[in-house]
Amino acid sequence: MNSLLRHRGWTWGFRTTILLYFVILIVLPILGVYYNSFSQGFSGFVESVSDPIAWKSVLLTLKLAVLATVINVLLGTMIAWVLIRYQFPGKALLNSLVDLPFALPTAVGGLMILLLLGPGSLIGGLAESLGFEIVFHQPAIVIAMVFVTFPFVIRAVQPLLEELDPSEEEAAYTMGAASPRVFREIILPSMAPGMISGGMLAFSRALAEFGAVVLVAGNIPGRTLVSSVFIYGEVESDNPAGAAAVSIILLTLSFLILWLINLAQMRGRRA
Amino acid sequence: MHVEVRGLNKHFGDFHAVKDVSFGIAKGHLIGLLGPSGGGKTSILRMLAGLETPDGGEIVFHGKTVNNLPPQEREIGFVFQNYALFKHMTVYDNIAFGLKVKKANKNAIRDRVQELVELTGLKGFEKRYPHQLSGGQRQRVAFARALAPEPQLLLLDEPFAAIDAKIRQELRSWLRELIERVGITSIFVTHDQDEAIEVADEIMIISQGRLEQKGTPWDIYKEPKTPFVATFIGESTLIENADELKGFKNAGGSKPTKALIRPEYIEVGQLNEFKMASATEQGIVRHLHFRGSEWLVEVEVNGHKLTTYRSLEKETLQPGQEIAVLVHRAYLFNDDRSWIQENGLKEDPMPVFI
Amino acid sequence: MRRLWITLTYIVFFVLIAAPLGKMATNAFSGGFSGFREALARPEALHALMMTGLVVIVVTLLNTLFGIMLALYLVRADWLSRRIKGFLNSIVDLPYAVSPVIGGLMIVLLLGPDSALGGLLEQVGLKIVYAFPGMVIATLFVTFPLMVREIMPVLQEIGAQQEEAASTLGAYGWTTFWKVTWPSIRWAVAYGVILTVARSLGEFGAVLVVSGNIMNKTQTATTLVYQDVENFNVTAAGGIALVLAAFSAGLLLLMEWSKRRKEVH
Repeated sequence: MNSLLRHRGWTWGFRTTILLYFVILIVLPILGVYYNSFSQGFSGFVESVSDPIAWKSVLLTLKLAVLATVINVLLGTMIAWVLIRYQFPGKALLNSLVDLPFALPTAVGGLMILLLLGPGSLIGGLAESLGFEIVFHQPAIVIAMVFVTFPFVIRAVQPLLEELDPSEEEAAYTMGAASPRVFREIILPSMAPGMISGGMLAFSRALAEFGAVVLVAGNIPGRTLVSSVFIYGEVESDNPAGAAAVSIILLTLSFLILWLINLAQMRGRRA
Repeated sequence: MHVEVRGLNKHFGDFHAVKDVSFGIAKGHLIGLLGPSGGGKTSILRMLAGLETPDGGEIVFHGKTVNNLPPQEREIGFVFQNYALFKHMTVYDNIAFGLKVKKANKNAIRDRVQELVELTGLKGFEKRYPHQLSGGQRQRVAFARALAPEPQLLLLDEPFAAIDAKIRQELRSWLRELIERVGITSIFVTHDQDEAIEVADEIMIISQGRLEQKGTPWDIYKEPKTPFVATFIGESTLIENADELKGFKNAGGSKPTKALIRPEYIEVGQLNEFKMASATEQGIVRHLHFRGSEWLVEVEVNGHKLTTYRSLEKETLQPGQEIAVLVHRAYLFNDDRSWIQENGLKEDPMPVFI
Repeated sequence: MRRLWITLTYIVFFVLIAAPLGKMATNAFSGGFSGFREALARPEALHALMMTGLVVIVVTLLNTLFGIMLALYLVRADWLSRRIKGFLNSIVDLPYAVSPVIGGLMIVLLLGPDSALGGLLEQVGLKIVYAFPGMVIATLFVTFPLMVREIMPVLQEIGAQQEEAASTLGAYGWTTFWKVTWPSIRWAVAYGVILTVARSLGEFGAVLVVSGNIMNKTQTATTLVYQDVENFNVTAAGGIALVLAAFSAGLLLLMEWSKRRKEVH
């Protein structure tokens, strides 16, 4: 009897520890940010956000993240298609390389882009002589975002293409549909869920990206200062309330996207 | 549509999948391609559809060679083994797809889809997606979709393979009636002989890429042209040496000859039940199985196990009982030829030679 | 058509992945091999690599242990109501949606010297932010979903029946876990470990905010790369980055390998 009681107490203690760890590690910090940004009331929040450097950084981040997402959806869908449908030398290697941006530290990714396109480099010099400026300007930020979010769309579209039964396409052919039509009406709709969910993941990651961007952006307020870098700057200059205010805009946006993805996936599963 | 195929050949790498197949199909007929899995049936069907390119030979529809026509222009309907319904389209859109491709006008499309929905008994399901349908319903949608653009030839690849045994029976007769009503030339592939016999006007037996025999189910059963067809269709027992059967001595001349014996070729009973007692042989009843309307009897004769059926009306046999066995006829074959031969002793016990 | 798409794919991979990697490798050796060695042999570089190693080890151990337990609870526990499980399940993914910088900020706000909790702990003599514990917490936060999300689908797929069968055969909790559950989830765990190592090795934003990036104390390999770039010492940055990239490539190979093993099961 005694041992049974002890056993029970141990079990419950164990369970409580695991759940507490979970809640404290994840939930408490998130609530903390929301609490902090409203600690000086709503007006304090508005004041922090209405700082032009703050809201311009948010707008810039949104704009560039959308651009990077569009590029990624296009490139990612093409690459997923090629990697599933065609047999060619080096295919397995390329397929493994897809995940490299996930495995590589983002700071390393940023450094690579800086070295390749920076002022001293061949491409950077060439672009400069043509009047383009890449590094420390907006194109570099987009490139960095595309790099770190590269695998999302590919990995979301690939399984859908693999699942697509080739006889679905053949059925359309026997009914007289030409190739472009089959692509538009059969293949594209099958890939669309992956393009959307992969695109949303890529977008939310691009919004949040810090490591790769901070190294290549130049971080000029109002021009190349994205939100995550702005937040870092505020923390460094000991203004956590300002950092928290911009943080919750980004956070809310990201949560919304996450929720949308979950919703879409749930509907997909029911379908 | 009249279909004519001449000298069709297809290789997949080193594998010779279809070997020199030729046949003709009259307009409005329903043909079953029957044979073991991997025998080349589906390859023939896919070449007819234009989904596979033949390495040699000619495919002629309506007197016109269609070898170089893509599937889009062959005016065929194809029902796939796993239906291949468009997952992201409703039943209505699936059926309407072929008509939309043909740029039919909206009203015409609606009427035709409505007509097919009623014909296939799918009324009320137009707005559903494929995953919301049962297997049998999906099959019907696939069928309606293939028929919608009014094809000249309907090709069906194992149309019932993915359906439960119970519903399969129902769908078979439904399909047969429907095809008769529409009056379209149809070819379906199956590995199930019951299905082929029940549904098809004519059967083509395909094995290892060759067309073994073409004919009505009854003809094929009655007169198999090759040993393969004889073993594949119906039940039979193989006797390695036909000489060992009473009444079939020297049937193949000097050549070693084998015999196939179907249950209905054999009669068993007491000696007094036979008119030609001299043609019978002594056997022992080994097993009796009750088969509902008759007995399945296994008898041992000269060390060979033969099976036959015996009416319930006749006297019930016992295992171990000694019994007379008469082999009325046998399907004989050797390296040169194959033929059906009646028991030689049955005719006349005293042959007169002139 | 086909050739065009394959060529385009090769071009994208070259421009986006191969060229930057190659450039970084040549850059690290631009001062010859000795330049590369010097960049690595700096005391701050050695210390930063050691810090990164420590963070990786501690975080991987904790995350693996808690990740397995939590995945088991979220899938199997019948002492949690469905609604609570659903709720907990939906917050597992939250760290994915949080920018690492914000993750770091959260910990500074909650446990920093100015916060109530942080002040209290500091009086006891436990420094969290701008010290090792804070860096571990920040990395645990960002790596949290990786393990749980790898194991949960496997547990759901194998179902509870095998475990129930084991219990009807007389096996108790631990035996069932080691003999029945563990063999089915071990490759998922291995994959989760690799993901966790890769992520904690490369974590930058959260660690940068929490650690304060103090040289020879809280500086990690990635934050040292950042500092070197800020100080226009690009060659030195490249040297350390190359070491990190080599580790990542190794992890990527391991990932491929364990993915294949995972599929076998």
